[in-house]
Amino acid sequence: MQIALFIIFGLLAVAGALNLLFQRHPINSALSLVVVMMSLAVLYWSLGAEFLAAAQVIVYAGAIMVLFIFVVMLLNAGEEDRTHGSKIAYIAGIPGAAAIVCLLSYVFLSNRQQLGTTQLGGYLSSSVSNISEISHTLFTSLLLPFEVTSILILVAILGAVVLARKEL
Amino acid sequence: MTHLTNFEIFLLFTIVKIAVVLVITLTAVAYTVLLERKVLGRLQNRWGPSRVGPFGLLQPLVDGLKLFLKEDMMPLAVERPLFILAPIIALGCALVSIAVVPFGAVTMVHGVDLFQIANLNIGLLVILGVTSIGVYGIALSGWSSNNKYSLFGSLRATAQMISYELALGLSLVGVVLRAGSLSLRDIVASQSAHGAISWNIFGGFQFVAFFIYLMAAYAETNRSPFDLSEAESELVAGYHTEYSSMKFAMFFMAEYANMITVACVATLLFFGGASSPFGHLFDSIGSGLILSGLFSIAWFVAKVFTFLLLYIWVRGTLPRFRYDQLMGFGWKFLLPVAMVNILATALALSYHR
Repeated sequence: MQIALFIIFGLLAVAGALNLLFQRHPINSALSLVVVMMSLAVLYWSLGAEFLAAAQVIVYAGAIMVLFIFVVMLLNAGEEDRTHGSKIAYIAGIPGAAAIVCLLSYVFLSNRQQLGTTQLGGYLSSSVSNISEISHTLFTSLLLPFEVTSILILVAILGAVVLARKEL
Repeated sequence: MTHLTNFEIFLLFTIVKIAVVLVITLTAVAYTVLLERKVLGRLQNRWGPSRVGPFGLLQPLVDGLKLFLKEDMMPLAVERPLFILAPIIALGCALVSIAVVPFGAVTMVHGVDLFQIANLNIGLLVILGVTSIGVYGIALSGWSSNNKYSLFGSLRATAQMISYELALGLSLVGVVLRAGSLSLRDIVASQSAHGAISWNIFGGFQFVAFFIYLMAAYAETNRSPFDLSEAESELVAGYHTEYSSMKFAMFFMAEYANMITVACVATLLFFGGASSPFGHLFDSIGSGLILSGLFSIAWFVAKVFTFLLLYIWVRGTLPRFRYDQLMGFGWKFLLPVAMVNILATALALSYHR
């Protein structure tokens, strides 16, 4: 069951990512990105990280991508032209991407013992709530980074308000 | 049932539950429309639909038939795939969130909970997430229609929904703090100790949160007095101007299904869900499994019905907001009050522990 979910949504994520690249209209690309994020959320969930999955859907798919689509709609961005791109993309880009994929899979495969394995859906039925564990970690051992991040976000919000206001 | 494995029993029960809940929800949607037209009619000193069947009770069937049989217009300049996808997203998201709502008391048969499709430990977050995905239906419908009124309507609706989602989410935090869980069953269980006085709105002192939730919920569902997205006097019909036939009906059904979901959530979080307001006072009357299940469902339906009536009453009473007033109300009033409510609840809880 979990394997089937993993395969379906893994494939959906890859298909969405490819569609994101091949679509010519920006709004279609943005929607494919939403599909990718939703399938990632399902993958998180099948790994037992249900809070992460919900946050992914609410924050990324529900808020950030809506703003993206908003901007695309308001700017009325048209279809982009297909160009052949630069030569460098063909000469350096494709071998580079292949090299990175090879390197990453080599590292992951050779360090399989140290990385350990995970259980698909194995943590879903555990009695300890995922959310209480996350909040406990956030407010004890990771308190300083958490607060610093919130201050960073606060600064960003204030900056946006200052920039958006016409008269001060 | 002995020759079936546990998984098969679970699968069968789940499919039956989904079918039953879907049928009941769609019927409830149809009859909420009738209820709204009737009550609104009486509020405005006229009859409302009264011709089809006794008291106009068959009106929803005829309306549905009419919408089915109408010609499905497809304007030439629309963005075809998205134009078709938008109502599907809207209705799909509106119906999916019902899946985590517990309708009655915990009633286990063969290890399956009869009155809830899926008991998730993040049920509340699932509802919020599905609602935030539902925004796409409206945003895409306006853009793909290629019509300025549709675009304006959908921009208004989307901006309004994103803004009020914050106040809505924050107003629920107080309840979550009190229950210590995001599972809707646990939240209901945390209020069922002494009947009405342990409900979150009374005993939990969450009435501020409740009023914030109520306002934000009206805005979330694009209902009056926040129905700027379909202001007839300015925007023809808003984001569904170009839609006809079943595609229009899907938006219509999505709006009413959202109303029902929001009423269900208000019932679950602030009014004790399916628990009786008298607590365990009359437990001896409905002691059997069937009776207690029926009683709990009756309480739940009665509470949801009250909220639907309140919706209609507000629509018949209040005039529409102006757009800047709407945004100012959401961001400058509801959001700070919701934050203060969270702080006060957290302080009170930590003081009592």
